[in-house]
Parts: sequence; C-alpha cells; structure tokens
Amino acid sequence: MARGSVVVTTERCKGCGFCVEFCPTHVLALSSAFNKKGYHPPHMVEPDKCSGCNLCGMYCPDFAIFGFKSAETKPVAPAAGPAAAEAAAVEAKEA
Amino acid sequence: MSTLIEPTALTNPVEKVLRNDRIPTIWCPGCGLGTTVNSFAYALMASGADLKKTAIVSGIGCSGRVSGYVALDSFHTTHGRAIPFATGLKLANPELTVVVYSGDGDLTSIGGNHLIHAARRNMDILVVCVNNMIYAMTGGQAAATTPGAATSTTTPYGSFEPELNIPQLVDAAGACYVARWTAFHVKQLEKSMTEALKKKGFRFIEVLSPCPTLYGRRNGYADGLAQMKEYKEMAKVKNGAPTYEVAITHGQPIIVGKFVDRDRPDYLTLMRSQLGAHYHEVAEVGVGCGDESEGKEGCCSC
Repeated sequence: MARGSVVVTTERCKGCGFCVEFCPTHVLALSSAFNKKGYHPPHMVEPDKCSGCNLCGMYCPDFAIFGFKSAETKPVAPAAGPAAAEAAAVEAKEA
Repeated sequence: MSTLIEPTALTNPVEKVLRNDRIPTIWCPGCGLGTTVNSFAYALMASGADLKKTAIVSGIGCSGRVSGYVALDSFHTTHGRAIPFATGLKLANPELTVVVYSGDGDLTSIGGNHLIHAARRNMDILVVCVNNMIYAMTGGQAAATTPGAATSTTTPYGSFEPELNIPQLVDAAGACYVARWTAFHVKQLEKSMTEALKKKGFRFIEVLSPCPTLYGRRNGYADGLAQMKEYKEMAKVKNGAPTYEVAITHGQPIIVGKFVDRDRPDYLTLMRSQLGAHYHEVAEVGVGCGDESEGKEGCCSC
C-alpha cells in the first residue's frame, strides 16, 4: 500500500521535468499526453512507491503538483501545511 | 487511491499564500523562480509570520514578478529601488515584516549601492536575491553577477569581467545573516528563509536559479533541468565558510550554506536609543492617526 500520493493540476504544468528528476522514489514520469498549452504533464508510473513527501511540490515552479501522506498512515489533512503538521505531531506525542 | 484523499488535500498547501488567479506564472519552463517561491511560501507558513503585517517588495525583472504572485501586501518598484522603498516602508511602519524579493541585476547592479548601504545601516529587512546570473527580462545582457567567460547577448565572445561575490559584499557591509542556496536546495532554502524571517536586522539570502532561455542555452545547458542537475553535482554545503572563498567560478564547486549569522543593533533600535526622549512614533506626532480600525473618517490623511 502506498504511503502517499500526488495531485497534478495538468493545465498549470510547463513540463520542466523537475518533479520527475528529483522524486526520491522515482514515482513520476512525463506522460505522452498534452495539456492545453502543449506541454507533457507528469503522471504516476509507480504509485505504490510514493511516500507522499511532497518534494515534487517543493520543486514544481508552477505549483502544479503536490504530494500528501495517505489518510491511513497519517489522519491529518495534508493541505494544512507544515505548521499544522508540527502541531499534529505534538498532539500525537501528548496522546 | 481516491478514497484515501481528504477533501482538503485537493488544493496545494502553498495556495494559501499565493494569488491563484494570477497563476500560471509568466516564467519560462525550466525557470527556477517558482521553486524558490515554493520555499518562501512554506517558510512564511512555518515561521508563523502574521501575513497581514508582512509586505513584499520587488524591483524590475523576472524575479520582480514574485511580489505579484504572493498574497501579501505587494509593491513592484522601479528598477533597483526595491531596497530604498522597503527602507521607507519599514521606518514608516516598524511593526511590518518587510521582505525584498528581487533579482541579481536589480539588487546588485542597478541598485548595488542601496544594497551596500542597507546592509551598513542594518535595516531590519529580509532580502532574497534570486541570482540567475544575467539580466533575463531585458534580453539577456551581462550583469555584474555573470561569471567570467560566460556568453550573453552583450558578451558574444565571453564576458571579460569577473563576477561579483555578493555574500562577501553584504558581509563586509555588515549584514546580520548571509546565506546562499540554489533552486535545487529547496528544503535548506525553506529552513534558511524561516530562520531569517524570525531574525532581526539586515538578512540576505542569495538563491542561484536556472535561466534556461537566456543564460542556459548560451552556456551549454540544454534546459533548466540541466542547470538544476549541475547545482546538484557542483554544490558543496559549507556552513560558516568565509565569504571571501565563496565566489562562483565556472567549473568550480558552488559553495552554499549559511555563511554569516551575527547580531548587532539595527537602525531603528539605534535611532530610538540615541534620540531618546526626542523619538516619537509617526502616529504620535500626528502625521497618521494609526487607528484605522476604528473607522474614523477625515481625522487625517492616512
């Protein structure tokens, strides 16, 4: 079971390939499909390997991709950002 | 997989601090500017800065566009004058956190003198200088940061001038915090920006960023990714390295890290202590009323 997944906003993508190159577990590849502007957005080729680390989201210059941890392994809303994630970690410790 | 996705997970976390109606950006595919904005957005969220009291100032250039994409109070100033504008902004409203986000051509070439003197005065601002080693938006002319022998539209036979070592310059002028990262070092950059946002005094972060269109393709990099890979291979983290050793030379390792972290009283602190009883906040002397929250009308021109 994958520990995370990514969401791609294909229409924002400019096909630079940063996410594909720097994904630590090599989950992504540029697809052969085009978006409206003629770029090849990334897609998951190894979804099971995704750890949801969001490094792709950090590298994407066009804010077109982000990763998140799966709800089962981390029941926190991933979109809440690092501050909330830290708070959740503190809560988890206390509990 | 879709069953595992929280409804809130469908928006990118950085969108909270971006103006989403302005995206897609105007930046070229392979440009590293958006990557640095990601780190900045996460740093803003992690530092706990009050976004209502944070202002971002940019000059002219590709990186000048950043102020338009970040959902803070944004100012897009004339070429090279981001730091003087930020200085005025900080002095007029000391409770603001002021960030200058601009490019190397804007900050170190056109506005070089302002950079030196803001560091000397220790103005309480954070300056993020995105260094793409060229004047990109104006057509790829050689800038003060273009490495020696690099080709640009104005140096077709290679530049004859050695490049400016910006960390050394601001260190010598007295900056409190000096760091350099590249667009490849996203996590380190985020940490560095978070640290700098919490610090007081003149803070300077240089970020090397690929420019595939105007710098890369004339200097042997096929695309932005090739430059990012070069950063990955050539970068050497040396925290605390003496800044006179960190000049960027073609073919040599790129020294990155936090070079300077010191404390000295900033301009406002010194001004307040030296003026003593003569010091008055602007609101007290009646130039601005300072209490717009009460919705008074016509009390002053603020």
